[in-house]
Amino acid sequence: MGNKAEARSDDVVIEMKNITKKFGDFVANDNITLSVRKGEVHALLGENGAGKSTLMNILYGLYTPTTGDIFIKGKKSVISNPNDAIQKGIGMVHQHFMLVKPFTVAENIILGMENTNIIGSLKMDHALQTVKEISEQYSLHVDPDEKIRNITVGMQQRVEILKTLYRGAEILILDEPTAVLTPQEIHELMRTLKKLTKEGKSIILISHKLKEIKEAADRCTIIRRGKKIDTVEVSKTSEAQLASKMVGREVTFQVDKEDKKPGEVIFNVEKLVVKDNRQIKKVNQFSLEVKRGEILGLAGIDGNGQSEFIEAITGLRKVESGKVLINGIDITNKTPYEIIESKISNIPQDRQDRGLVLDFTVQENMVLEKHSQRPFANRGILNHEKIRLFAKDLIEKFDVRPTNEDKIAKTLSGGNQQKVIIAREVSNDPDLLIAAQPTRGLDVGAIEFVHESLVKQRDADKAVLLISYELDEIMNVSDRIAVMYEGKIVGILDAKKADIETLGLMMAGGKSDNE
Amino acid sequence: MNKRKIYNFFSNKVFLFTLISILAGLIIGAVILLFAGFNPLRAYAIIISGVLGRFKYISYTIIKATPLILTGLSITFAFRTGLFNIGAEGQFIIGAITATAVGYFLHLPAIIHIPVVIISATIAAGLWGGIAGFLKAKFGVHEVISTIMLNWIALYFQNYLVYMDGFQKPGGETSYSIQPTASIKLFGEWKLSDAGFAWFNSNPFLRDLFKTPVNFGFLFAIVAAVIVWYILKHTTLGYKLRAVGFNKNAAEYGGINVSKSMIISMTIAGGLAGLAGAVQVMGVTHNVSLLAAMEGFGFDGIAVALIGNCTAIGSVFAGLLFGALKYGGTKIQPAMGAPSEIINIVIGTIVFFIAIPRMISLLIKRFSKKDRL
Ligand SMILES: Nc1ncnc2c1ncn2[C@@H]1O[C@H](COP(=O)(O)OP(=O)(O)OP(=O)(O)O)[C@@H](O)[C@H]1O
Ligand SMILES: [Mg+2]
Repeated sequence: MGNKAEARSDDVVIEMKNITKKFGDFVANDNITLSVRKGEVHALLGENGAGKSTLMNILYGLYTPTTGDIFIKGKKSVISNPNDAIQKGIGMVHQHFMLVKPFTVAENIILGMENTNIIGSLKMDHALQTVKEISEQYSLHVDPDEKIRNITVGMQQRVEILKTLYRGAEILILDEPTAVLTPQEIHELMRTLKKLTKEGKSIILISHKLKEIKEAADRCTIIRRGKKIDTVEVSKTSEAQLASKMVGREVTFQVDKEDKKPGEVIFNVEKLVVKDNRQIKKVNQFSLEVKRGEILGLAGIDGNGQSEFIEAITGLRKVESGKVLINGIDITNKTPYEIIESKISNIPQDRQDRGLVLDFTVQENMVLEKHSQRPFANRGILNHEKIRLFAKDLIEKFDVRPTNEDKIAKTLSGGNQQKVIIAREVSNDPDLLIAAQPTRGLDVGAIEFVHESLVKQRDADKAVLLISYELDEIMNVSDRIAVMYEGKIVGILDAKKADIETLGLMMAGGKSDNE
Repeated sequence: MNKRKIYNFFSNKVFLFTLISILAGLIIGAVILLFAGFNPLRAYAIIISGVLGRFKYISYTIIKATPLILTGLSITFAFRTGLFNIGAEGQFIIGAITATAVGYFLHLPAIIHIPVVIISATIAAGLWGGIAGFLKAKFGVHEVISTIMLNWIALYFQNYLVYMDGFQKPGGETSYSIQPTASIKLFGEWKLSDAGFAWFNSNPFLRDLFKTPVNFGFLFAIVAAVIVWYILKHTTLGYKLRAVGFNKNAAEYGGINVSKSMIISMTIAGGLAGLAGAVQVMGVTHNVSLLAAMEGFGFDGIAVALIGNCTAIGSVFAGLLFGALKYGGTKIQPAMGAPSEIINIVIGTIVFFIAIPRMISLLIKRFSKKDRL
């Protein structure tokens, strides 16, 4: 293996040597060396906050390394900003997308390219033609005239990839590209990646999903707490080996939970109708019951009304008709505050838009719903000390890294941002916990922890409503599974009896027969 | 404060940036003066001695700075809570009108009259500011647009009132002056009395200081700055308002009433600008007069807020700097014969250098928020 690597070393397109990056006293990257070959998919694996995004942001010219060098095709290079990176053939799709919402797909792709003039329509036409060609070549289907805010997350991501390809990227960095995708979209993305590597492009893929790494990557570099642990040939390494290298201990992939008899119905939704921003009925005569002591999984393909449903029951979107009840109390069209007061908590799907005030510190974020309540405030005056202690406690319990309650939320790694939200919501001790994609972007260790937290809620005789696009997660964690299709429930299954095929069929609109 | 904190403050990027900008502004100003045929070193020397040379000058500078600090605080408060208050100008006018009316029509002992004037002016201007908040919360009217319109309404309202019978001072283009009991000038009456005159003559230093319309206004400004800081940092209200300012969606999700927050924020901002108007009337002008154009207290407040990096403390220092430039700047005209336009250009350049890069970075942050997931 060593020989092979040496024999091919002239194929190396990117080499990052002894990279160290410090933020103040904090060492995010500690002497990391990484080399990427032409035409390979090179995975980066590491826990939340291990320093993966930081390392890639250095390669993309967003951060300057504190020490260390970068070689592009053997030539020592300084990458001073993203434009520079693009010029040198490096493109990046960020963990959190960087698209301009009110602009169209085409405008976003072309935006910032000096040689195009948006006003000159001829040039625009030409640009559009190029975009179309690239999108066909790599089967990246997009809708050029649609506004970004109106397209699905999956398409937004294709736009991001197209954007980098349009700029001529030879090396593509994808930071957790599949965290937000549906299984179908992931499948398509994997096909696209294959096409790209065949063309000789190199891909650096950050992912927490071991399965994907096994499926798509040639080699994998593992980072733990800022240090490089190893670079391995993926085909010769098992998932379990990857996981233990990454977290430094054995990881079980199964959720431990005991059988439990659910109690009375605590939350029910009757004939709910909700419209989206374009006044299209997205939730249509939707009814559902959740019992005490159960985790109800809501499965379905993204875009079938899940988001509108969650927003409606948490008071963020108007209910057109129908009823929402918790503990028998009608909370239809109540304010978010009243709904939180009636003991519903929500881990929102979009952590940066809804879940966090990114410019607040971690401790400020920890009390988002509770800041006015004792002991965090008394007669309108905040008690910073109590807030700090509370945050410290949650940081420790939920293993948020680094353990600094004064850190501004936006400087946390994606996964740690998610942990802050989960810590906050679970600590509300809700009767109903709504968890929408709660493990998005989390490493396997953290996922295990979140699943345990959900099970703990259930074991404490509380209700949990889990919304996820990942069937594995739904099947592992839920007690019952409801499948949503075009704004309706098409069927409810016992999780123990459910299998992927049946669920898949139902998610595509087919009825189940073992109901 | 321990040593490290102090060190951090001075090595702070924002602080350094401000210093560099002031320097750059002064240099460009010097170049302009040079081109116009004036010795810039001499001009700056005149400004500095014109501001710091005598206690009287310092006192004038503070008087000039007081309303600017307050309008700066108004804009700061709104900005920190995600709103751009262009309406400090109009809120200032409403505050000034109310202070004049209450100060003139009511007859009360000073100890009651002064707080009554202050409070009523602050409330009136607060409500005026609240209108913009309400329009934004209920109808989505952008506060920049509504406050600009409200500014003009306020201006013409003042001009209308100034000509009203019973309020207009006969033969003048001003209103009646407020009662002495509503004035916050120090020793206002007594200064002119025989006893006062004699006393001041025996104390030349104090005479120098109190010859100016020195007043309590600056104290109000300082108190207001402390209150603004305290609200933003230590109260649940401040927490809510800042949360809305940073991320409306997250605030809404967290159970914070976004509409209410916007209205409250604009009300408080309005109140601060109204206080500026009241202080100006009670301490300096004693009346309101016909306005041909905006006086600019509100607009200068925008620059003050930006120079002060949208912090309460920053507004105090920026207001003083601004007051000093305005007051000291007038001195180079008689001393060097430099036309007043040049002085304004110098002031403008300095403000430009400090404010523009900061404004751009703030606006970029605020308005070009990229689509984040
Ligand atoms: N701008 C910054 N200022 C201070 N600390 C930062 C900054 N950016 C990142 N960090 C810290 O560096 C560490 C590594 O962060 P990074 O985003 O690289 O993690 P990651 O491996 O991508 O994690 P995840 O899987 O959760 O996305 C984290 O502890 C984070 O808090
Ligand atoms: Mg990351």
